[in-house]
Amino acid sequence: MTPVLEIESGSFTYSRLDLMGRRIPVFTAVRDVSLTLKDGEILGIVGESGSGKSTLAKLLLGLLNLTEGDIRLMGRPRSGYGRREASRLVQPVFQDPYSSLNPRHSISRTIQRPLDIHSIGSRRERLERVRYVMECVGLPSRLADSYPRELSGGQRQRVAIARALAIAPKLLICDEPTSALDVSTQAQIVNLIKDLTQDLGFSCIFITHNLLLLQYIADKIAVMKSGAVLDYGSAHYVFNDTDNPYTKELMSSVMSV
Amino acid sequence: MAGDSFDAAGLAVKPVLEIENLAIRFPTRAGLLHAARGVSFSLSKGETLALVGESGCGKTSVGLAVMGLLPKHAVVSADRLEIAGTDIRGMSQSRLDRIRGSRVAMVFQNAMSALNPTLKVGTQLVEVMTRHTDCDARTARARAISLLERMKVDRAAERLGHYPHQLSGGLRQRVMLAMALMCRPEVIIADEPTTALDVTVQAEVLALLKELQQELGLAVIFITHDLGVVSYISHRVAVMYAGEVVETGPTPEVIDNPAHPYSGALLASVPRFIQGPAAPRLGVIPGAVPSVMHEVTSCVFLDRCTMAADPCRRGPIDLDDAGLGRAVRCVRSPLRETSHPGTEGRTS
Repeated sequence: MTPVLEIESGSFTYSRLDLMGRRIPVFTAVRDVSLTLKDGEILGIVGESGSGKSTLAKLLLGLLNLTEGDIRLMGRPRSGYGRREASRLVQPVFQDPYSSLNPRHSISRTIQRPLDIHSIGSRRERLERVRYVMECVGLPSRLADSYPRELSGGQRQRVAIARALAIAPKLLICDEPTSALDVSTQAQIVNLIKDLTQDLGFSCIFITHNLLLLQYIADKIAVMKSGAVLDYGSAHYVFNDTDNPYTKELMSSVMSV
Repeated sequence: MAGDSFDAAGLAVKPVLEIENLAIRFPTRAGLLHAARGVSFSLSKGETLALVGESGCGKTSVGLAVMGLLPKHAVVSADRLEIAGTDIRGMSQSRLDRIRGSRVAMVFQNAMSALNPTLKVGTQLVEVMTRHTDCDARTARARAISLLERMKVDRAAERLGHYPHQLSGGLRQRVMLAMALMCRPEVIIADEPTTALDVTVQAEVLALLKELQQELGLAVIFITHDLGVVSYISHRVAVMYAGEVVETGPTPEVIDNPAHPYSGALLASVPRFIQGPAAPRLGVIPGAVPSVMHEVTSCVFLDRCTMAADPCRRGPIDLDDAGLGRAVRCVRSPLRETSHPGTEGRTS
């Protein structure tokens, strides 16, 4: 079966233009990264600040383009997709649910927006779909006409997830989706994302700085540092069998109860 | 190791910080917001108490109350609020200024916004000492250098000439810590000091704080939402929920054997390393935190508790002694039932 996502020797270098309009490389944020993700799998990416994990998320979302290497979605090169076409397949959930929702849009309008943009279904079908995804993420239907400011952090992140899932994408990119939340809310969101990948059938990239959290959600884990993947394998391998010194350092630095 | 220093300090010394029945309320348009109520604890020299809880549980308000830094409109009441034997209730700002910095100092979460971006860190470190004590700038500068060196900051003298934005997150937090220690305070209030740091840097800064705390015999209130950090840094822990301390006791005991259902549920939601073939699942607390806009008429955790029963509805629950330095605000707690047989029928 074709993998949902393949990255082959992907690199990205931030550059600036000099006076003559030539590109001057400034900083390589992602270097020689190769990853594959199968249908329904959750890939955890862990790293400290500056490790390149968020740049990788931007590359996958098409907000940046690789300077070297290839990304393939469903077997086709990323560059061959139009922007709209790619966004039907890949959807994001961001870290801060306080700034990633439009404060002037009601919850139902927020969740329906991707359906409107992609002109999916009739008016009635869209409303039906909004009701369905709200139920999937555990948002009571009475919140449909509420605004983000009336919701808790956990509820807002559920709205962001519902919005991402409204058009049934194949791949969800979650960039630190629980870092702004309390631990008990984090537990709810992590369990929710894990259950939804099973129930609705999509793959997920879960980016975090908390290695231990990945034990609860990831099938595979990539450990990043300075733009490179230093350690990559099944969650079981990373937690039990790895010899990688950096993975071990990360593991021992996490304060655990 | 933690137990040793606690015993040594606990036996000999009078508490440096005593709080009894502290309540903090904020008048809002929607009514009175009860940020904290019935908070009592004491802290001895050389002891670290962790105040742990989720957003809005009142932990930061308690820290600010001890510093006298709550906004003016806050209504604070307490039966006792003493730092090193000095009652700070209703104290004027100018007298508080004498206590702040020199007796009690605070370390904030975000060093980037707590430090002044337009002043060199050296200027800021020196100012703390010249403002709160009678010391001159030259002595203060020497102390700043020696403190930074103690914190394993290389080229300490040179760093004083840098602006906050020129330093890494870990260095900035070390500067914050040095700033708190400038006037040799007895009590440090650290409000999420390592939350914004990477895990490897956090581990370094916490190790440093622990060393300094033992070396200088500091009493530390460590405010955090991270139970992993609690178990590493603190001797005792107070778990807060909806403005109340629901459980307090020696850290290892509370973590291994939580007595309040909320502490137990919170612990179950913390990611940890679990050996085994199958992927584990995080524990979830059903429901959401209750509003703190009204007076308490029952147990605050009632709606989310799996053990809730009739006695839990009969009025606010007291924080009752459960023996061995532990206290719990739960009539159904197994710990309380074994230490006080027959408490289940009590109504207070």
